[in-house]
Amino acid sequence: MLKMILVVAEQRGGALNRATWETIAAAQQLASGQPVTVVVPGSGKSAVATELATAQVKEVVTVDHATLDLYTPDGYTAALRQAIEQLAPTTVLLPHTYQTRDFAPQLAARMDRALITDVVAIKNAGGEAMFVRPMFQGKLTADVVPQGPVPHFITCQIGAFRADQAARGTSPAPVRSLAITADATAIRQKPEAPFQEARQAVDLSQAERIVAVGRGIKGQEHLPVAQKLADALGAELAASRPICDAGWLPMERQIGSSGQTVAPKLYVALGISGAIQHLVGMKGSRTIVAINKDADAPIFEVADYGIAGDLFEMVPAIVAELQK
Amino acid sequence: MQIAVCIKQVPTREWQPRLDDARTWIREQDASFEMNEPDAYALEASLRLKEKHGGEVVVCSAGPARVAQVVREALARGADRAIHVEDDRLGSADAFVVAEALAGAMKDERFDLVLTGLQSDDQGFAQTGVVLAERLGLPHATIIMDVQVDVQGVPGESTPAVRVKRELEGGWFQWVAMPLPAVLTIQSGINQLRYATLKGIMAAKKKEIRKVTPAAFAPRQKIVSIYVPEKGKKTQMIAGSPAEAAKELVRRLREEARVI
Ligand SMILES: Cc1cc2nc3c(=O)[nH]c(=O)nc-3n(C[C@H](O)[C@H](O)[C@H](O)COP(=O)(O)OP(=O)(O)OC[C@H]3O[C@@H](n4cnc5c(N)ncnc54)[C@H](O)[C@@H]3O)c2cc1C
Repeated sequence: MLKMILVVAEQRGGALNRATWETIAAAQQLASGQPVTVVVPGSGKSAVATELATAQVKEVVTVDHATLDLYTPDGYTAALRQAIEQLAPTTVLLPHTYQTRDFAPQLAARMDRALITDVVAIKNAGGEAMFVRPMFQGKLTADVVPQGPVPHFITCQIGAFRADQAARGTSPAPVRSLAITADATAIRQKPEAPFQEARQAVDLSQAERIVAVGRGIKGQEHLPVAQKLADALGAELAASRPICDAGWLPMERQIGSSGQTVAPKLYVALGISGAIQHLVGMKGSRTIVAINKDADAPIFEVADYGIAGDLFEMVPAIVAELQK
Repeated sequence: MQIAVCIKQVPTREWQPRLDDARTWIREQDASFEMNEPDAYALEASLRLKEKHGGEVVVCSAGPARVAQVVREALARGADRAIHVEDDRLGSADAFVVAEALAGAMKDERFDLVLTGLQSDDQGFAQTGVVLAERLGLPHATIIMDVQVDVQGVPGESTPAVRVKRELEGGWFQWVAMPLPAVLTIQSGINQLRYATLKGIMAAKKKEIRKVTPAAFAPRQKIVSIYVPEKGKKTQMIAGSPAEAAKELVRRLREEARVI
């Protein structure tokens, strides 16, 4: 079957989300030589389109309309549905960002087409694409195929495909705009401007060493166990999200997709399972040590050194060793 | 206010995965199950909204007979009644199948607000709430941290509305308003969960659980195989007693990785 792959770019206020390049890399792999088109929703974002036109793609299509100025799921669903109907792709690829999570299921449901989310790899099974995605919080992986008529919608996990592997064209791809009709009064969501909660003093992205605790620490009263290791290593203390949600450590010490992204020389994960939303915030660390009593915990997939053991036994032993 | 809260039953966090013989699903008979974590926060948010605005909280769950356990638990925590869409195939079904099963059972009720968790800890589609909204013809917002219901409605408009705080990436947030009824997918950790009291557990026994059979079953994706993830990076596992392992780790961090 002839393939036509469409990538939905993500931009906010004219700034391209880098994950779009990762999605282009995935699309090129899936297309294996057949055409890839990039669609850019958002009004008048020509700089983004020009940047994307450097990719080795058939064309970049901009969809400009005032209803796309501020993101809303209703606005995006209405506009992208028209674009998809006109461009007639066989697969639509999107980066698995918060924004995609917000509108892609609506778009797929409205068009009544399959949506496979959080894809980390694409396999070829006798000419048919199989999509690899984590399940059960990363404890298992599944090969999945979409069912029913095309187009199929696929979202790519952040960091799973490499932006630097997206092929660039020898000359810029053509950019054209596609006209849509949209009714602003049909948009039910009324968004306000995005904001950041007041930032505090610690900037963990500058830390050379980080000791991070997860739910394995059991209770706030055990935090000194981890603090002693941090002191012995000259490290900052950080945490997975549930620890900050519970208020055991301040939000500013949370690592992950909704917290800080860090890349220290040394990252020690204590009792952290290794959910993808945590991993995206720390997997760029130079050396990763994981201590977890579950030898199959997904954190060990990114660790350089792993100890399958009880942190309450291991950590004091490491502190004692460091103090020798 | 009529509030529906959709709850899924998923394997516990401690569960060690085991696969069925076909290697297309887990061995359910070996698994122990619990309430999906974000759904527990959605339930808590529903109960708080009911305490503030009055009305009723209705638990909706699509799954095999086993999900009665989490339905009872939600009733024990304070939900008023339940709808259980029961079918053995719903345990491993995709998000469209589950959302359509739920929508079929919910469409004749008059819900002002529908809350779900933002994704489930089993298949983790992050789709069910949004597809449900579309099938019910309602607006939605996802990854919600805070829900403020305005029964009077936004000035100038007469319809009741809801204003919600959405989480964006990297510490950013956004407020979004929309008319009711609406569907919201709730983020974990946004409130303090209550636990069932003995009185609540007793009361739950008398609460209504309406059983519904799903009308249609149209899968949009198929699992070809499930397996334990292949390790990408060469992790050096350090064994031994705590003292031995600690000594070896510190040596390698000093001499090999040179990070301390
Ligand atoms: C949209 C979204 C955004 C998110 N953003 C973030 C984010 O920014 N950051 C983040 O961290 N998470 C985030 N999450 C949550 C994420 O999915 C996980 O739920 C979370 O990271 C799990 O935290 P944990 O590893 O501490 O807990 P768990 O997953 O419960 O893991 C605890 C681990 O501790 C181990 N353990 C228990 N006892 C011991 C012991 N005595 N010794 C050693 N090990 C022990 C267990 O084996 C287990 O592996 C987000 C989720 C969503 C859906």
